[in-house]
Amino acid sequence: MRRSMLFLPGNNPNLLINGNCLGADAVIFDLEDAVAPAEKDGARILVRNTMRYMDFRGCERIVRINGVDTPYWREDVDAVLPQRPELILLPKAGTAEDIRMLDAYMTEKEMHFGLEAGTVGIMALIETALGVENAYAIAAASGRVKALFLGAEDLTADLQCRRTKQSREIEYARTRLVVAARAAGVDVYDTPFTDVNDDDGMETDAELAKALGFNGKASISPRHVEIINRVFSPTPEQIEYAYQVLEAIEEAARQGKGAIALRGKMIDAPIVARARRTIEMAEALGLGREDV
Amino acid sequence: MEIIKRASAGTLESSDAYVQIEPHDGGLLLELESVVLAQFGDAIEAVVRDVADELGVKNVYIRIVDRGALDCVLRARVETALLRGRGNP
Repeated sequence: MRRSMLFLPGNNPNLLINGNCLGADAVIFDLEDAVAPAEKDGARILVRNTMRYMDFRGCERIVRINGVDTPYWREDVDAVLPQRPELILLPKAGTAEDIRMLDAYMTEKEMHFGLEAGTVGIMALIETALGVENAYAIAAASGRVKALFLGAEDLTADLQCRRTKQSREIEYARTRLVVAARAAGVDVYDTPFTDVNDDDGMETDAELAKALGFNGKASISPRHVEIINRVFSPTPEQIEYAYQVLEAIEEAARQGKGAIALRGKMIDAPIVARARRTIEMAEALGLGREDV
Repeated sequence: MEIIKRASAGTLESSDAYVQIEPHDGGLLLELESVVLAQFGDAIEAVVRDVADELGVKNVYIRIVDRGALDCVLRARVETALLRGRGNP
């Protein structure tokens, strides 16, 4: 479960070493945009050591490496792969070939380091017009791809439009990514909300992302993590309803009925599937029905 | 590994360390400035010598201004500085 993903600048020890206590379901150690070219080597070693020596139990570790169009990405993989992050985040994923190139290199390095092949996944950061158009091919390019992630700042620059809080300029990309990810059977994550002082705007943006089908949302600020976690968690009412759905289905089965109504609405397979997902998530969060 | 040029790594920010190195004959010479020198000076020196040993660096002058860096941070900054100062990377 990954409701929130918090970016941590790869060359900032103060944030890196405290990353595991900021409430995010996952942290993204950033070796790309947050690190100046002259500091890439230092950040790489610092992130490697943070992963090696700090305890991040309960918090997934994702590393944003540099893009495959840069001279840095192979050394990034060399440094962090032995620390077994859950995911490598590939920025500016534009084509399936970008993924296959990274996949092949990771496989080669896993063999080199004596790691089980395929244990580290890939998350593709879609932040170019080309990437949006190729979203499904990227998501389906390798079994390592576990998720797509929309990066709206670079995308709007590529689209030659202004990034706004209303986000109408990324409506197409958002829905396109959700559809592509679901078609490929992977997760999908929404772009960060970049005004760190606008909590209401943050919440509205997260609610929209949830309504569109995103699994969670990234953040560049620790103060947004709690809001994201709350928005992407099931509410007590949703948990109670999910249990009632499953009870209704069991009752229908006992009565030999193919369908049954709950609160005046027919319960069908998609509703049952949604209820199961809600309960799975509630259980993962330690929210039982008794807490409702 | 031979150190052939001056190099530095890290910052003076809180939880970080600023490491400067330069070529030096006659072993590892360490100059350390830290707010926790009295309590952790020996431990910091041990970390620095450990990193230098791992990289096979025998002769180097290292100056460190420590701003409360954890071991993993100090190790990273010393390693980065030494790698930046090496010959034939």
